[in-house]
Amino acid sequence: MSWGVRAVTVRFGARVALDGVTLSAPTGTVTAVVGGDGAGKSTLLRVLVGGRRPDTGTVHRPDRRQIGYFPGAAGVYPDLSVAENVDFAAQAYRARDRQRRARLLAAAGLAGVPDRLAGQLSGGMRQKLGLVMAMLHEPQLLVLDEPSTGVDPVSRAELTWLVNRAAAAGTAVVMSTAYLDEAERASQVLVLDRGRVLRSGEPEAVVNDLPGRVVHTRQRPETELAWRRGDGWQLWLPPGATAPAPADATPVRPDLEDAVIVAALERSAS
Amino acid sequence: MWAIVVKEFRELRRDRRMVALMVLIPLLLLVVFGYAARFDVSSVSAEVVGPQASRAAAQLPGLFTVERIRPGADRAAALSDLRTGKYATIVVTGPAGSQPELLVDGADLFDAQAVTKAVASARLPVKVTVMYNPKLTTSAVMVPGIIGILLVFVGTLATSLGVVRERQSGTLEQLAVMPFRPRDVFVGKVAPYFLVAAVDTAIVVTVGLGVFKVPFRGSPFTFVLGSLLFLFVTLSIGVLISSVSENQGQAIQLTMMTLLPQILLSGFVFPVASMAVGVRWIAYLLPLKYFVDISRGVMLRGAPIGALWTPLLMLAVLGAAAFGLSLVRFRRDLAPSRAAVPEPEAAP
Repeated sequence: MSWGVRAVTVRFGARVALDGVTLSAPTGTVTAVVGGDGAGKSTLLRVLVGGRRPDTGTVHRPDRRQIGYFPGAAGVYPDLSVAENVDFAAQAYRARDRQRRARLLAAAGLAGVPDRLAGQLSGGMRQKLGLVMAMLHEPQLLVLDEPSTGVDPVSRAELTWLVNRAAAAGTAVVMSTAYLDEAERASQVLVLDRGRVLRSGEPEAVVNDLPGRVVHTRQRPETELAWRRGDGWQLWLPPGATAPAPADATPVRPDLEDAVIVAALERSAS
Repeated sequence: MWAIVVKEFRELRRDRRMVALMVLIPLLLLVVFGYAARFDVSSVSAEVVGPQASRAAAQLPGLFTVERIRPGADRAAALSDLRTGKYATIVVTGPAGSQPELLVDGADLFDAQAVTKAVASARLPVKVTVMYNPKLTTSAVMVPGIIGILLVFVGTLATSLGVVRERQSGTLEQLAVMPFRPRDVFVGKVAPYFLVAAVDTAIVVTVGLGVFKVPFRGSPFTFVLGSLLFLFVTLSIGVLISSVSENQGQAIQLTMMTLLPQILLSGFVFPVASMAVGVRWIAYLLPLKYFVDISRGVMLRGAPIGALWTPLLMLAVLGAAAFGLSLVRFRRDLAPSRAAVPEPEAAP
């Protein structure tokens, strides 16, 4: 079984925020939504959880009691303590399993600070608290809007572990992220650009389906099809490209970052 | 420095509320102080009763606007009329040759002061009896009004800040998708402020009675009913303000814009009857005016509920309007998806 949206379009006045987007989130998997600023990631997640009505298209989601939602760098009450925040989520969702609550707080590293105000937590701890609140009631669908943005690497790893644990327990997780390495570890990825889906599928398949070739060069190529990477430049050679590659160009095995950039370049070129 | 000046003007140009605050408030103050801020009273409403009523009415100085003459009515009927707050003063006449009595409503401080002054300067052969506030103390008149201001503060400001805080921290978005009905969120957000305001009212009334010795002559039930209706209006205005504010600063700006006219034009400071007609109509749209009518009526005059049905009804009407609007706006914030998204169903 899976949840998701089909051919969803959302407009903000004349601006099209989502244009015929389809997303499927099977249970027990993590779906990563990636894309640049203004790509439509947050809007897509809002539509999925019911916070925004799509202009066209359909939404398949469980009952609201079975949805967990973490809306970006927020979702916790700064003037409430850790325990009070969790109490609120527990009452709202009628999640009475005290053992699960204790386990999640311990896994998030928050068990030792129940009385600390959420506003006094570090960014990473606050994000983890928000995640604990969103998954306390074992939702069928867990939707997280950039849970790891602005979080240190250790907290990021802990967040990832919590998310994977939810998926392993059968939850369908949909998570937007600014980190492509995170997306690469997801079960499937959806690449958005200015409201449209550029690529979707398993991360490996998205990389393998990259059209043409990617090479690495130390010299800056005189083309818009190149981007900075490591100690030089990556250059995309589209299928059937006639221009010769630079002399020092070496073929590289593309990763998800290359695939996402190539998809955006391909759209711009078309 | 020039860069900061330019930046500031650009920011200001886009902050419409701040521009309104900077332009509208000075304009309002100009209008208020020009047309409304008048302590001098040029006319007071009067009734004349008793056998010599017609003759006495003809002899009254120009300050008195005689609105009713009842030759058949006696002092008891006059007191009953005075208690309604409809007249600032009532002249009670007796048999020919007896000294008339002038009953003055002390709850209307400026009118009462004007009447006693006019009678003294005209050397009218009447016995003046100031009712409800015989010493014409300011606190007796101000405390019932201050209760209203306090309810506006707690009701409108605290409620709007409480809801906006939720929006600002992003948690309103989360509440919208949590298993709450919009009315649960509405009532859940507003009820605590309602209770705090109710407790505040009780404290202020107690302090007013105990420390300032303000009388409480009327029915507590009428006072509670008026307070609840007034709270209903102020809380609804608070939610309405929160629904059009992005942050707490904007909410405070808008609250000030609603608070200032109420303080200045409600009759709390300046008598409504002394305001220019154009400004007076603004006063009739302000909920605090009606609460001041009710609280002064109940506490000072002991006015029965029948005499206060107009302000009670007006508060109910204003409350229904503000509540309806706030509910529509609140629902739009909280339930954007429910109308068009199909019921939950499993994907194939």
